[in-house]
Amino acid sequence: MTDKKVSRVFAGLLFSAVALLSGCSGGVLDPKGQVGVDEKNLILIATGLMLLVVIPVIILTLVFAWKYRASNEDAVYEPKWAHSKKIELVVWLIPIAIIIILGSVTWVTTHHLDPYKPLDHDSKPLEVEVVSLNWKWLFIYPEQNIATVNELVIPAHRQVAFKLTSESVMNSFFIPQLGSQIYTMAAMTTKLHLIADHAGTYKGISANYSGAGFSEMKFNTIATETEADFDQWVNKVKAAPEALSGPVYEQLAEPSEGNPVTYYNSVKAGLFDDIVMKYMQHHGHTPFTGQSGMDSMSAMHQKEHMTGAEE
Amino acid sequence: MFGKLTLEAFPFHVPIVMGTLSVVAILGLALVIALTKYQKWGYLWREWITSVDHKRLGVMYIILAMVMLLRGFADAIMMRTQLAAATNGAAGYLPPEHYDQIFTAHGVIMIIFMAMPFMIGLMNIVVPLQIGARDVAFPFLNNLSFWLAVSGALLVNISLAVGEFAKTGWVAYPPLSELTFSPDSGVDYYIWALQISGIGTTLTGVNFLVTVLKMRTRGMKLMQMPIFTWTCTWANILIVASFPILTGALAMLTLDRYLDFHFFTNDLGGNAMMYINLFWAWGHPEVYILVLPAFGIFSEIISTFSGKRLFGYTSMVFASGAISVLGFIVWLHHFFTMGSSADVNAFFGVTTMIIAVPTGVKLFNWLFTMYKGRVQFKPPVLWTLGFMVTFTIGGMTGVLLSVPGADYVLHNSLFLIAHFHNTIIGGAVFGYLAGFSYWFPKAMGYKLDEKWGKRAFWFWQIGFYVAFMPLYVLGFLGMNRRVNHTDNPDWNMWLYIACAGAFIIALGVLSQLIQLYVSYRDREKNRDVTGDPWNGHTLEWSTMSPPQFYNFAQEPVVKDIDAFTDMKENGTAYQRPEKYAPIHMPRNTGAGFIMGMLLTACGFGMVWHIWWLVIVTFLATIVTYIKRCYDNDIDYYVQPDEIEKIENEHIAAVQSTLKA
Repeated sequence: MTDKKVSRVFAGLLFSAVALLSGCSGGVLDPKGQVGVDEKNLILIATGLMLLVVIPVIILTLVFAWKYRASNEDAVYEPKWAHSKKIELVVWLIPIAIIIILGSVTWVTTHHLDPYKPLDHDSKPLEVEVVSLNWKWLFIYPEQNIATVNELVIPAHRQVAFKLTSESVMNSFFIPQLGSQIYTMAAMTTKLHLIADHAGTYKGISANYSGAGFSEMKFNTIATETEADFDQWVNKVKAAPEALSGPVYEQLAEPSEGNPVTYYNSVKAGLFDDIVMKYMQHHGHTPFTGQSGMDSMSAMHQKEHMTGAEE
Repeated sequence: MFGKLTLEAFPFHVPIVMGTLSVVAILGLALVIALTKYQKWGYLWREWITSVDHKRLGVMYIILAMVMLLRGFADAIMMRTQLAAATNGAAGYLPPEHYDQIFTAHGVIMIIFMAMPFMIGLMNIVVPLQIGARDVAFPFLNNLSFWLAVSGALLVNISLAVGEFAKTGWVAYPPLSELTFSPDSGVDYYIWALQISGIGTTLTGVNFLVTVLKMRTRGMKLMQMPIFTWTCTWANILIVASFPILTGALAMLTLDRYLDFHFFTNDLGGNAMMYINLFWAWGHPEVYILVLPAFGIFSEIISTFSGKRLFGYTSMVFASGAISVLGFIVWLHHFFTMGSSADVNAFFGVTTMIIAVPTGVKLFNWLFTMYKGRVQFKPPVLWTLGFMVTFTIGGMTGVLLSVPGADYVLHNSLFLIAHFHNTIIGGAVFGYLAGFSYWFPKAMGYKLDEKWGKRAFWFWQIGFYVAFMPLYVLGFLGMNRRVNHTDNPDWNMWLYIACAGAFIIALGVLSQLIQLYVSYRDREKNRDVTGDPWNGHTLEWSTMSPPQFYNFAQEPVVKDIDAFTDMKENGTAYQRPEKYAPIHMPRNTGAGFIMGMLLTACGFGMVWHIWWLVIVTFLATIVTYIKRCYDNDIDYYVQPDEIEKIENEHIAAVQSTLKA
């Protein structure tokens, strides 16, 4: 019985270990940017630290159960032995020691990996404004004055500063191979900094369920090798026929699933802020046709503060 | 007349649902016919439905849990087969419209209507016996709590036939759960099912806290309570402290949906983050409510079947207490990705991982309970060993998720799904199933068949690894939860394996059903004559199996943590007093059942905006309660001659067994 159990457990462990090693291309253990690399290393370090306790506990469980099985008359039997200061001290101190180390690692890495913090990288950040809509992603490039739906193109080797919000329900913006995800929420702005260290195409998803069309709410992230390639792509978008005006945006905001990649040659000024402000104004007022005033801007900053945004 | 309810609410056009409903209808009809044919309606009403006996309520809670386990498990099989079918861009057989209801129902049912009733059922059967009490502090309230739980479960099941269930995930985050994005009946069913059953749970928490504080038998100090009773007590403290938060959060969501309030809406100053905080301020303690009693069960089992005292009893009590307190200051780890500052995230990350310390202590204490013991590999022990290995892995992945930097890439992925199933199945469910086979003879009077018990264990254990280890891999591969179909060829193999695992677990569930049948068939052979089949340590084993309805003819005197072992060693067990005194007992009452059913109708009325039904049933509930309050015929005395007859029978059975 216990023999079988031992082999089962080892089979289980081996199974998961092999699984981890063999099948992880394209996921969070195959990162293509610094944030993702740091996070992968953190996962490995934390797991390693914990295995220091976990493996002995699993082995001891099986060893003790086998050694002190009822049929083993040779083993010592002390039915009243139930207390030992030494053992109790050790069993409290071992987990405490591990947690002190892991807790310190956590404190340092949480500050280092704060998604709101710009990366330590000598590059001028590319700014991208992200809006989650039912059920597609809108990317606005304020400097370039272009926008796309369901395709994010960034130059590799340059950090990207995302500002994110939602038109409707909550989503989570996530490109597994580049690292951290962050929620998008209506009437609020969140921030995220990522970088691609290698050119390539990486899948992006919404990691937070947002309703019927959620499964198709995905996009490709294309990291171009050079800035020139990126500029070329920008020019291509500029040549697109349509501009993202207020009415076009309102039409886009209608629920739809599996939207094709769409380019907009220009974007209505202040569109992202208008989307954030939309819910802070009175019912029935449509912000996309007018100019957003100073009052609403300061209200927005207040709201941003509520999300705990700190720079 | 019928509010928003129209014929369109009935799913005539959905074959899966109609098929399920016809099966349920046929089974229901068969049950009705059987009850009528064998004239068991009166028996059912007098002995069970109206019973205030904690042991019978416990049995009924566990029946409820098992029925809902089958329902929730059917949901699980549908999800796994859908995801195995819907690869490479295929749509599968469940469109989002259904699939989204299924994963919501699966979560709600498994947590609220399977795990909770299972836990509360075991607590009901065992805790009063362990502390030498004759019942809980408030027997009628206990009956009412049960029927409120049934009421919630009924609403969830009614949603299958009339209207739909929520399509929001079991957490029902706004703004998705607000009227704007979920205008249908689903979220309303969710709200009223959770509200009604949640009130029942809160009342249970109060009831059992008062019970352990006021009704312990003579001599039993708090630090002499059996460990299962202690872990239940911590769980009840958590229930009393956390369930009102859920009630409040759902009440606010209700105001948003029914009266155009704006607590959590996008517009007019609402803020969904408040709901998310409140939900997890309940939701995180809730997982400890589920798992702490399971820890207690493992402690009882490992000590009993090692033939040893529990190692480090005091450490165990304080470790459980530490888990309970810490469990309240970690809720934010459910949303590290919501944009909190690094200080906040780091604080909640560290408090979360500190919970690993008392949990680790518990594992070591179970280890050292086996040390120098005589471990018998009965099914309850197999569940315990399976738990110790499996839960350790689940705990490790949990601590990993508590590191914000790791959570940023693993949050909402299948890694998370694997983690919490690893702890809830490998921790809570294994615990309940261990407790089920351990205390079954106590509750029913005969032992469960061991052969089928072992088969069930191995299917569950192996099935668990096959079903959930692939989800860890899929999480690393970047697959997130709640997707309806996939188009990544790298994921396919793991999705197929996981699906196969679910079917292996299904064999485990089937084995348990067969085990119940076989055990019932052979009940005379497996009868527990003495009431102490495992040479138990605690007072529940000093009673008959099933226990005398008054539990104890006289209050036992406790001098040790292992009170019954102490009595057996000192020769004070099974002693007859010179003369029996009359025992004061509560009378059965139909009020709890009537209130539960009225509130089911009231909840149904709220879902469909049938206001006359709401008003009538709500007032009727109040009237029933007031009537019960003014009822003076609520108790009676068991007379000494009846007690003597029952006790003599027990002692004779014990003596004849001891001689043989």
